[in-house]
This record gives sequence, structure tokens and C-alpha cells, in this order.
Amino acid sequence: MHGLINKAIQVFLQDSYGPDLWSEVLQRADPGVSGFEAMLRYDDAVTERLVTAAALALDRPPATVLEDLGTYLVSHPHMAGLRRLLRFAGVGYEDFLTSLDDLPDRARLAVLDLDLPQMALRQVSPGLFTLSCRGGPKGFAWVMVGVLRAMADDYGALVTLERRGDTIEIRLVERDFSEGRAFDLGARTG
Amino acid sequence: MSGGLQTFGPHGPALGTRGLCDLGGVFDALCPMHLVLDETGHIRHAGPTIQKLWPEAPLTDARFLEVFELARPGAVTSMQALMATAGRKLHLRMRAAPRTALNGLLIPLEAGGAVVNLSFGLSVQGAVRAHHLTGADFPPTDLTVELLYLLEANAMVMDAFTQLSLRLQGAMIAAEEQAFTDTLTGLKNRRAMDHVLARLIAQGEPFALMHVDLDYFKDVNDSLGHAAGDHVLQHVARKMLEVTRDEDTVARVGGDEFVLILHNLATRRRIEEIAQALLARLQEPIPYQGRPCRIAASIGIVLSGDYTAPEADRLLHDSDTALYAAKRGGRAQHVFAAPGEGA
Repeated sequence: MHGLINKAIQVFLQDSYGPDLWSEVLQRADPGVSGFEAMLRYDDAVTERLVTAAALALDRPPATVLEDLGTYLVSHPHMAGLRRLLRFAGVGYEDFLTSLDDLPDRARLAVLDLDLPQMALRQVSPGLFTLSCRGGPKGFAWVMVGVLRAMADDYGALVTLERRGDTIEIRLVERDFSEGRAFDLGARTG
Repeated sequence: MSGGLQTFGPHGPALGTRGLCDLGGVFDALCPMHLVLDETGHIRHAGPTIQKLWPEAPLTDARFLEVFELARPGAVTSMQALMATAGRKLHLRMRAAPRTALNGLLIPLEAGGAVVNLSFGLSVQGAVRAHHLTGADFPPTDLTVELLYLLEANAMVMDAFTQLSLRLQGAMIAAEEQAFTDTLTGLKNRRAMDHVLARLIAQGEPFALMHVDLDYFKDVNDSLGHAAGDHVLQHVARKMLEVTRDEDTVARVGGDEFVLILHNLATRRRIEEIAQALLARLQEPIPYQGRPCRIAASIGIVLSGDYTAPEADRLLHDSDTALYAAKRGGRAQHVFAAPGEGA
């Protein structure tokens, strides 16, 4: 598994729940390291153990933890850079949705050896989309639910999301529900 | 619009400037940074994005060369000279601050005038920032937004690698430090001392080398145990650091054997002061669990300046000889080596 994924789980748990919880998760998951490096690779099993340990430590279902992770990736100030990269995908939320097919390619442009699951977006009717995720780490679709919800807030769109297996149903209730967050194409981050 | 497109001549579109203006909507969407010039070099139409770069006034009716400065090809000050650049890559700058750099291409129109299409070159990130452009200012077929994405992604990845390198460097320094440190006392170890000695000799810097051996240390170990011995060694290390300067090297090279290298110190008087101060401090009893441990030390000293070509082995050997002379002389003494006599 790419270190970026494990590192994302690590900073999500540290930023959201503090260093003590992270120590507990490390102890439970026993990955053999004291922290993850974003640019190194780790055994796939480590990622699953991390998620299981976090769910146990937080006393929540893994699905909830993963959805919160997705939200964190878009909305936490420490993740401003990633949020910007996602916003490059389109001017409006629908553009963003229709660009999700390209997300693995976009990710690979940034980090050559980062393999995200294949995603296929289908427009069922004018306001209704389905996104199916194939492959990738277990529970990845839950992370996408969090990402899609947070990105809707970011664009100022109102959506309802429902997950059925590896497919997420996205209902765009209102395109311009709120102001959303500004995206300055040329802004500096970090 | 359809009538216009059928009148392409052999040298390009046979449209007049008016005809192109009729196609305005199409061109604005496809190349929003294009300008249509008339025969006199005045702008007749400006794409919406290029207009954003000149927010003070409409570009229309302005003279092209008054808004843009041609950096290369040089010496273009008239419309005639401008028309002669047709088909070549133009390097331009906006005359107004922030003097955004642009690339351009001019295509003459048969009926007179020209179309100039512009784009950001490598200045793209700064220009987009300076002019507050958004994704909507670029057609989806333009790669500008993808380029900006790549630049940012690249910077983030570079940053991640830099952080990783810094952490690895920190770990490397710590590991090296450990390899050169005596873990019990925190002093340098024999390896570190060998390195320092070799370096000083290679650089030809004058130094004094003190070989220190503890007296009665074995008694402390035997009577009070190893923990007491360790305590004494740590105490001795502190005293040695107290009498020396930061730039000096203090190393534990054996069980109760130490080497002090005093850098850039060649006067016997000063070295003697240091040796006596150390001997005095080491004679004071060292309390351990309420009981005093008594030790002393003997010191053999060599001065690199006494040798025409100092060698590490020779210096250590001679200091060792002087050390034993000090011990034979009754302990708690220091003796300077007499070069040449020890071998």
C-alpha cells in the first residue's frame, strides 16, 4: 500500500482525536513502525489493521471512521493542498463529479506509483448520478462518500448520498445551495 | 458565420476583420486570449480572458503595441514590422504592472489586419495569481488548468520528499553520533578520537594530547560494585568536560582510560594548569550512596608541536610512556613526554 494512504489515516486520527488515540491505534495495529512516511510503501495488510484498530479505539463502525476520513481529507486546514488538487478537477460540482473517472489518472500524474481504485460515474437522470468503485483497499467507497459530501459543501452544492455496496448514489438536490468556498486558481498553499 | 468560413484564401483565412468579429463568440470560447487587429495596429476585438489582464479600460480601440511590448523579435515598433513577425513565436510583455509575460502568434488576414493569439508561458502560475483568473477563464481544451494542477501536485510531492529527506538525515546524524559516542559517559569513543586525531594531524593544527588513566578505580569496582564504578566514570567525565573547552575532544578510550585533545593549545604553562586542575578535581571524594569513592588519576602529555611530522600511533605511544612515568612517579601526577626517547 502506498504510504500516502497510511499517512492520511495517521494524520486524520492525530488531528481529529489527538496523540493518545494514535498511540493506542499504533499499539493495536502493531505495524512495526512508529509512524508512516508518505513517500514509502507498506504492506497492504497494515492499512486494514489500522482501520480495524481505529474503529475499535473509537468504538465506531469502520464505515463511519472511513467516511470521517474522507471528510477530513477535504475539509481540514492541514489538507488544504489536497483540497486544492481536487478542486482543479472542475469549475462546478457536476464538473467535479464527471471528472471522477479521471481521478486515478490525476492521482498518478501527481504521484506516479499511487494506484487508486477505478471509478466509473454514470448519470442516471439530470440530478442523479451513481459512482462505482472497483478494487482498492477495503471500504474505499466509504472514504469516497466523505469526500463527495465535503466537496459538495466546498462547491456550495446540496446533495444526498447513499451507498449500496461499492456503488454510491449521488442526488444533486441544488447546484447553488450556498456560497461554498472560494477557489483561487493561482493561490499559493503551504 | 457560415459564409465567412468558406472564403479561405491560399495564404490563410480570407476573412476581413469584420468577418472575424462576427465569429467573435466562437473565437472567444475557443481562444479567449486572442485579439483582432486592424490595418493600423489597433485592437478591434479582445477575447474575454486577455481583457481580464487589462482591467483598467477596454482593450478595444487601444493600439496593440502601446499595450504590449515585444521582447523578441526585437525592434518592432510599427504595425508593418509587427506584421512581418507572422508565424513566428512572439515573446511579449504587458506594459502595465505586473508586466505579465506572454507568448503569441500573429496570423495576418488577407483583407488587412491580423489575429494575435496569446498564452501564458512559464509565467502561468504567477500570472493566474496576479490577474485572479479562474478555471472558467480557460476553455476545457486548454491545458493551463492541468498544468497548474501538475505544478501544485509536484510542489506537494517535492515537499513530502524534502520532509522525508530531513527526517532521514536527522536519523543518520543520530546514528552517526551514537557510533562515535561512549554511551556510559556521553563522551566521544575511541573511534571518534581516532578521527579527530587524524584530522588534526592532516590539517597541521597544533594540539596537546593528554592520556589520562584512573588510579584506584579497580578498588572502587571491587569493593562497591559496577554500579559505583559507572557512577565514578560519569563523574570523571563531567569533571573532564569542566576543565576543557567546547572545541576540545574528550574521549573514553578504555575501561578507565581517557584521551583529551586540546585544540590549538601549545603552551606548556596553560596545559599544565589544565592537568593540575583536573588532577585536583579527581582527588576529591565522589559520594556514592552516602559513601565516598576515592580515586586519583595520572596523566601523560604529548605536544604535537614537539614533532616535525606527528603520527597518531607515535603520539599515543609516547603519551602512554609518559603516563606510566607519571604512575611510577607516585600517581596523581602529570608528565610531559620527551619525544624520541620513548621508542
